[in-house]
Amino acid sequence: MADEVLVSFRGVQKSYDGESLIVKNLDLDIRRGEFLTLLGPSGSGKTTCLMMLAGFETPSHGEIHFDGKLLNHIPPHKRNIGMVFQNYALFPHMTVAENLAYPLTLRKMGKSEIADRVKNGLAMVRLESLGHRYPGQLSGGQQQRVALARALVFEPKLVLMDEPLGALDKQLREHMQLEIKHLHERLGVTVVYVTHDQGEALTMSDRVAVFKDGIIQQIDTASTLYESPANSFVANFIGENNTLRGEVVDLAGELCDVRLHDGALVKARRVAMLGSGEVTSMSVRPERVRLNAAAAGCENRLQARLMEFIYLGDHVRLRMEVAGQGGFIVKVPVGEVDAAWQVGDMMDVGWMARDVRALDALAA
Amino acid sequence: MSESFSMNTPLTAADGVPLKTRLQQQRRMRQLKALLLVLPLALFLLLTFLVPIATLLTRSVDNPEVVSVLRETTQALKPWDGKSLPAVAVYDALSRDLQRAQAEKTVPDAAKRLNMEQSGFRSLLQKTARKIPLAPEAGQSTRDAFIALDERWGDVSHWQVIARNGSSWTPYYLMSSLDLRQGADGKPELVPEDERAFLSIFGRTLWMSFWVTVWCLALGYPLAYWLATLPTRKSNLLMILVLLPFWTSVLVRVASWIVLLQSEGLVNGALLWLGIVDAPLELAFNRTGVYIAMVHILLPFVILPAYSVMKSIPPSYMRAAISLGDHPFAAFWKIYFPQTIAGVAAGALLVFIMCIGYYITPALLGSPQEQMVSYYVAFYTNVTINWGMAAALGSLLLLATLLLYGLYSRLVGANRLSLG
Repeated sequence: MADEVLVSFRGVQKSYDGESLIVKNLDLDIRRGEFLTLLGPSGSGKTTCLMMLAGFETPSHGEIHFDGKLLNHIPPHKRNIGMVFQNYALFPHMTVAENLAYPLTLRKMGKSEIADRVKNGLAMVRLESLGHRYPGQLSGGQQQRVALARALVFEPKLVLMDEPLGALDKQLREHMQLEIKHLHERLGVTVVYVTHDQGEALTMSDRVAVFKDGIIQQIDTASTLYESPANSFVANFIGENNTLRGEVVDLAGELCDVRLHDGALVKARRVAMLGSGEVTSMSVRPERVRLNAAAAGCENRLQARLMEFIYLGDHVRLRMEVAGQGGFIVKVPVGEVDAAWQVGDMMDVGWMARDVRALDALAA
Repeated sequence: MSESFSMNTPLTAADGVPLKTRLQQQRRMRQLKALLLVLPLALFLLLTFLVPIATLLTRSVDNPEVVSVLRETTQALKPWDGKSLPAVAVYDALSRDLQRAQAEKTVPDAAKRLNMEQSGFRSLLQKTARKIPLAPEAGQSTRDAFIALDERWGDVSHWQVIARNGSSWTPYYLMSSLDLRQGADGKPELVPEDERAFLSIFGRTLWMSFWVTVWCLALGYPLAYWLATLPTRKSNLLMILVLLPFWTSVLVRVASWIVLLQSEGLVNGALLWLGIVDAPLELAFNRTGVYIAMVHILLPFVILPAYSVMKSIPPSYMRAAISLGDHPFAAFWKIYFPQTIAGVAAGALLVFIMCIGYYITPALLGSPQEQMVSYYVAFYTNVTINWGMAAALGSLLLLATLLLYGLYSRLVGANRLSLG
């Protein structure tokens, strides 16, 4: 059941000007009941994918199937897909209840059924008492909850969300993230969610598809994306990342040896198909780096100069220079900070070979 | 304890002045500065807008001529019952009034005003004034002498006209503008059918304005929608084309419509050449021509407010309605259109108000059957120098505009009026 495919993109391409492809050869399966996030910088093609699914854009090439039917030639109003927009798009001249009743009236439901469903819809987003208000009289968070209810009230199999929380402030956004996540878990509806906020994607999603230049770079669960990025773009786009550039000198099964510019050797997991002599960018997460005594047991140990000390309450970030490359960040819990550390100190840094991934070379 | 302290002792600023007083001083200074900034504009508006309107409104009921020239006569007529001939004293008063007026050369003013209400009064008054002072024969009263001079002085209706103008205010002009007159019993009644003119002129003005507005909406709304959906660069270019007519004077535009629309004009020439018609169409100097030119001139006034409102409606509203399952046409009507009403209504109101005061286009491109109220305002101002009638017609136009605006704000809400 969980693996049953609800939507599939096959060889989908989209171009607006006939010269450049905004979506390049997309193959994507969306499973029934999953929460899939399309994540990427602006212009990466994620919104275009969503609009093709909703029917407001047509693919230049390829097929989209939804629930076993070819979707390409079904007009958007017959697709029965719910949609939530960034600006909420609540109809300003209708009350909240009328907004919710809109899709139900179109489906020719009886008066009492509509009233019931509107009531349940409002209860679902905990706005029971606001049915008679106009959207303009609600706060941003309330409006977004109404928009959610409206997209869900006619029980579509699929709900699309186009950066729905982009207009909210940080605190409200984090609250709404959980609320949407819980709604999804409760209703079991399939959700395709577009965002450029990686924190949002990691919090809510079953799977995240990372877009860049119209291509899905990696599609995986949040933890896989973070712990095992498939390429340098994903490593840098998701979470905080330290990049070390070097040249592959030796291959040994899953591992490889990489020589940094100052001659130091680093053992890393070989993720990209690299040959000897090729340039690589290695990725290490800041929290995987150990300092001084703790670094003793690591396969990789280097000398680093402490450049800056950034206090963040629960942890401290150390900006260091490693092997002549600046901007190397190490996260240290406050309890492990040594009061004797001074800017300019030389320290040992170390990390396990399994925690550093040799990826494709980033443009320097 | 501390609470009662803070409540009873007023807070003071550092120099001991109570804080409230200090605040008020500062607020007053700010208000004074703001007032000084607004003052030039307020004066300008007062002098160029409010004073002229007030003068217009007073002019339409102002009636100084008879009262000032025939001062004693009108005074003496006050107790008159209006049915039998006035008392001899009234004739005496008239004699004295005319004598003085003859010396002051003010007889024509009163004569002209009285002649408006009863034709022939001008000659009667001027003839009498020339003969003053009358020398009644022995045993004859002044009244007999007047009647002997002209028997119309023995006619009650002429005296009624003078008595009616015994006040410096008159409803005469306003009533005449609505084809009304004061009947013998003093109550308003419609003038005989063959003398009626203004009701049909007002009706025609409103009717033509209505159709011009309808056409402007029918042509302007789709265009505004198209402009609002185009990318900004293209819509800016097209917007310049919409505004281009504003750069030429209305007179030039009307003249060029004459060139285009007349029987030997370009339009008819093209139609004949293409064989679409056999004989030239009557396009100019009739209602068709007036409609074409007025719609062309007033179209931007619908497009601009409609465009600005449409531009502010994000496409996601329509998309939301469609994704909820509505057909695009139905969604347009149910979701998009209601949100544009404020701007469209503002444009329509603007066009209608401009229409009912339109002068030059009907004057140049219409036959006498197309002349609207403003033509008669110009006529009374420039040709017959009857400022009372001109002001009365103008006041009624102003009233019509205010009524329309009131209706609009009841229907749409004035705060939603959006002129872009």
